[in-house]
Amino acid sequence: MTGSSGSIFSPVSPEAHAITSLFIITLCICAVIFAVVAGLVGYSLARYRWRKGDPDPAQVAGNKRMEIVWTAIPFVIVLALFGLTVRAMEQADPAPPPGGPDLDVIGHQWWWEVRSPKLGYVTANEIHIPVGKDFLVRLDTTDVLHEFWVPQLGRKMTTLPGAGNEIWLRADEPGIYEGACTEFCGTEHAWMRVEVIAESQEKYLAWVHEQQQAALPVQGEAARGREDFLTMTCVNCHAIKGVGGTENAGPDLTHVASRRYLAGRLLPNTPANLRRWLTNPQAVKQGALMPNFKLTPAQVGDLAAYFEALK
Amino acid sequence: MSAIPGSPTAIAPEILTADEQAHWKLAWISTVDHKRIGVLYLLFALVFFVAGGLEALCMRLQLAVPNNTLVSPDAFNALFTMHGTTMIFLVAMPALFGFANYFVPLMIGARDMAFPRLNALSVWLVPLGGALLHFSIFVGVPKVGWFAYAPLSETPYNPELGVDYWIVALLVLGIGSVATAINLIATTLSLRAPGMTMKRVPLFVWINFVTAFIVVFALPVLNAALVMLLMDRRLGTHFFAGHHGGSPVLWQHIFWAFGHPEVYILALPAFAIISEIVPVFSRKPIFGYEFVALSSVAIAFMSFAVWAHHMFTVGMGHAAETFFVIASMLIAIPTGVKVLNWSATMFRGRIRTSVPMLYAIAFLLQFTLGGLSGITHASAALDWQTKNSYYLVAHFHYVAVGGIVFAILGAVHYWFPKISGRMLSERLGRWTFWCMVVGFNATFAIQHILGFEGMPRRVYTYPDFPNWGWMNLLSTAGACVMGVAAILLVINLLVSLRRGAPAGDNPWDAWTLEWATTSPPAVHNFDALPPIRSRRPLWDLANPDRPDPPVGGDAIRPLNKFKCSMWTLIASEAAFFGTLLLVFAWFNLRPPAGPNATNSLDLMKTGWFSVCLFASSFTLWRAEVAERAKRRRGMEGWLALTIALGAVFIVGQGSEYLGLDRHGVNVGTNLFASSFYLVTGFHGFHVIAGLIALTTLLVMLLAGDYRRWRPPLEAIGLYWHFVDIVWVFVLATVYILPRLLS
Repeated sequence: MTGSSGSIFSPVSPEAHAITSLFIITLCICAVIFAVVAGLVGYSLARYRWRKGDPDPAQVAGNKRMEIVWTAIPFVIVLALFGLTVRAMEQADPAPPPGGPDLDVIGHQWWWEVRSPKLGYVTANEIHIPVGKDFLVRLDTTDVLHEFWVPQLGRKMTTLPGAGNEIWLRADEPGIYEGACTEFCGTEHAWMRVEVIAESQEKYLAWVHEQQQAALPVQGEAARGREDFLTMTCVNCHAIKGVGGTENAGPDLTHVASRRYLAGRLLPNTPANLRRWLTNPQAVKQGALMPNFKLTPAQVGDLAAYFEALK
Repeated sequence: MSAIPGSPTAIAPEILTADEQAHWKLAWISTVDHKRIGVLYLLFALVFFVAGGLEALCMRLQLAVPNNTLVSPDAFNALFTMHGTTMIFLVAMPALFGFANYFVPLMIGARDMAFPRLNALSVWLVPLGGALLHFSIFVGVPKVGWFAYAPLSETPYNPELGVDYWIVALLVLGIGSVATAINLIATTLSLRAPGMTMKRVPLFVWINFVTAFIVVFALPVLNAALVMLLMDRRLGTHFFAGHHGGSPVLWQHIFWAFGHPEVYILALPAFAIISEIVPVFSRKPIFGYEFVALSSVAIAFMSFAVWAHHMFTVGMGHAAETFFVIASMLIAIPTGVKVLNWSATMFRGRIRTSVPMLYAIAFLLQFTLGGLSGITHASAALDWQTKNSYYLVAHFHYVAVGGIVFAILGAVHYWFPKISGRMLSERLGRWTFWCMVVGFNATFAIQHILGFEGMPRRVYTYPDFPNWGWMNLLSTAGACVMGVAAILLVINLLVSLRRGAPAGDNPWDAWTLEWATTSPPAVHNFDALPPIRSRRPLWDLANPDRPDPPVGGDAIRPLNKFKCSMWTLIASEAAFFGTLLLVFAWFNLRPPAGPNATNSLDLMKTGWFSVCLFASSFTLWRAEVAERAKRRRGMEGWLALTIALGAVFIVGQGSEYLGLDRHGVNVGTNLFASSFYLVTGFHGFHVIAGLIALTTLLVMLLAGDYRRWRPPLEAIGLYWHFVDIVWVFVLATVYILPRLLS
């Protein structure tokens, strides 16, 4: 078993709170309406059951006044819900100020790229924010439509090609908030999960500082792994800051060892899992865009040692 | 008219007549009888229901425990795509069309549908569409979900032919559905028995009549979207491609402009069934007939103004979202009115809880729950949280299964005696019902909570989060119980077909005309009809001392069925071309880079051949005048001239295409070129179809066959004038408007 999935009924941001409050009100109204219908049906069933030999009842074919009443009452309820909805929409999704986003979150089949245009770091599947700060996130995709959703933090939103959509991210309590892609995006849609890690300002700044650094120099086994990374096909899709490679196609690996999970939250980021992944990604996440390179155990060991060193 | 209960003629276990038994296969394949076509529809629906149900069970087994590996990711994705497509297009629609086919003519006292042969075509398009969809098994089953969002459904992400089979299958089924709808409308308007005014037809007829209009307007919109997706995939256009200037959001707009009316195409006929069952088993007339009928009309209109509530998370902006919030919430009101009318019908009735009524009661409660969770989706703010989660899966299954499937099962139990002449086993029926209720609610109620807890839909597996495991396991267990219910249902159907107690004409003591004939009805339906003065002719017959008060006058004005059907066809074509023209406007109001309407189209040249087309409407009108005056020569002459003018138009358009092609403007060049060929090409196809029809007429005239067969020139004329009018709009939108704007 793993940590909480996060519920829309335990919101930790003002935006998510606005939706949760409206949800509770709406569910209460719905419960009353259902009770009326179920009560009417249940009462009729209990009271007016046919028994053998019963004559037909009075043939009442309708009542205009009743019809008007039970059209008007729902109308009033709808208007009230509509008003509450409009208010909640403003609270849950306030218009962004000018000045650009704090983060770019870019959907790929099947992982999330996270870039900070202001602070200049790149990571994947893990979003760090300081507690109590509003972060404006711009959503984009390099391939098909994805959808970004972290239930405890607020609304979900589709990633459209061309970065048209923005959402607010904020958490008022420190914690790890689970999220996922919610628009079906192909084979491994199920393992396109994301985590938002909200921490104190100091911890957050320390993390940012780490992420901004180029990769650390390495020796021994790890240095052989570094050579493998540069000479084999890894660099065609992955980048390591200060070492080389291609940005955007696959996750940036500069600080891969600092992340909690691999492969869109499929595997905890442990040395054993890293070796499993490198040995045959297709056996772990069938359909992932990283092919099985049929690396020798020695190459896997070297590469894993190298990536383990990329804190 | 009615046989003596218990006599051999009353027991008619075989629906075929004695001399048909010998060649029963041919009898079924070649039938044009609305009742047998209705049975065929139901049979096809049952076969696909088993397929779609097994697909669902496979999915639930895979999801029973976290991190399961029973089904591979791509197999799972194929399963839910096929499950959704099958259940909507091959189960629910055929089943509901089946009942409409069987009972609308009977309820209005007609001999058959207006166009029996068209009816046979429609029904056989269902297995054809189903076969096309399932051929994809050999080339890669589609894995795009039943709404096939672009760009995932485009070739870069799904290159196999499976998506193409899916597209062609839906086109075939869509065309069949429109044909059925046209047939139902023409039947209702032209074939009602004396005294059966529109104020007296059973609500089943009323609501199916209204639904047919939604089909007529909504399915062509889907066809337009499918054609464009097929062009993207096979002709190199980029309508929905996302990169290259195409718009994935446009696919969503067009798909849901069909897709939400589709929900009501399925829900309204379910309402129609419930509106028959509840009064009969409460021993009272429906409460508020007019309100149930009118609220259906209201729903039909409103269903076309709510589509974008499926798109609250694509970023339309709060203003547009607010409109669709209020529209979607308002549509709940006419739906709620119906629920209250059904409940009020039960109130102070004498309720008999036979199996059909059990299904109706379960429908009432479950559909209400589905409707209420629908309200939470209409509220954009709430939808931002629950969209695409298991809460949504729970919502639409409460509507589609708890509502629509339960109504269909109620209808099966209600009308099986009429269709087969035998009763279903009440005991087995109760077992089926309770398995169904328990299984259904166990499967789907818990999914609301899973959605609240953040579980996305369409995932083939999930992490081992707290509570997710047992909730999913419960859901799977429920699905298995539903599987048991399905097996019991099939056993009951098969056994009762041979050994069921004889039903007699009217086993439920019901009041509509289908119960006034034998079970099963004779080929010609009725020997004689009872007098029709109210909405319940059989009540009046059974209670001469206290008949229903007569409703309105007796006079009916049956319309010409050819004209009815042509006007309806035109309406559906208008929806199709309207969609295409909106697509053109979407991509060309701001001219795309490269060739565009202003720099590539020759208005003068087009003007000349357009004049020919418009002139052909005049000449065709002259031909109609000549026909009315019985001047055969004149008719032949004007018809020939019409054909010649139409041919000039086609040649002119052909030369325009060649000219554009010479300048390198072909269908994939850019979005102007794609949308230009789309609009003018489909118009050209329609002109050619009109030319074929007119030429056939002319040949028949010249051969002297015309008087004998008498196809209606007026109906074909309507079509031809319509095609010309479409060209007015094409000319304005494609050729003139961009010039004015530039």
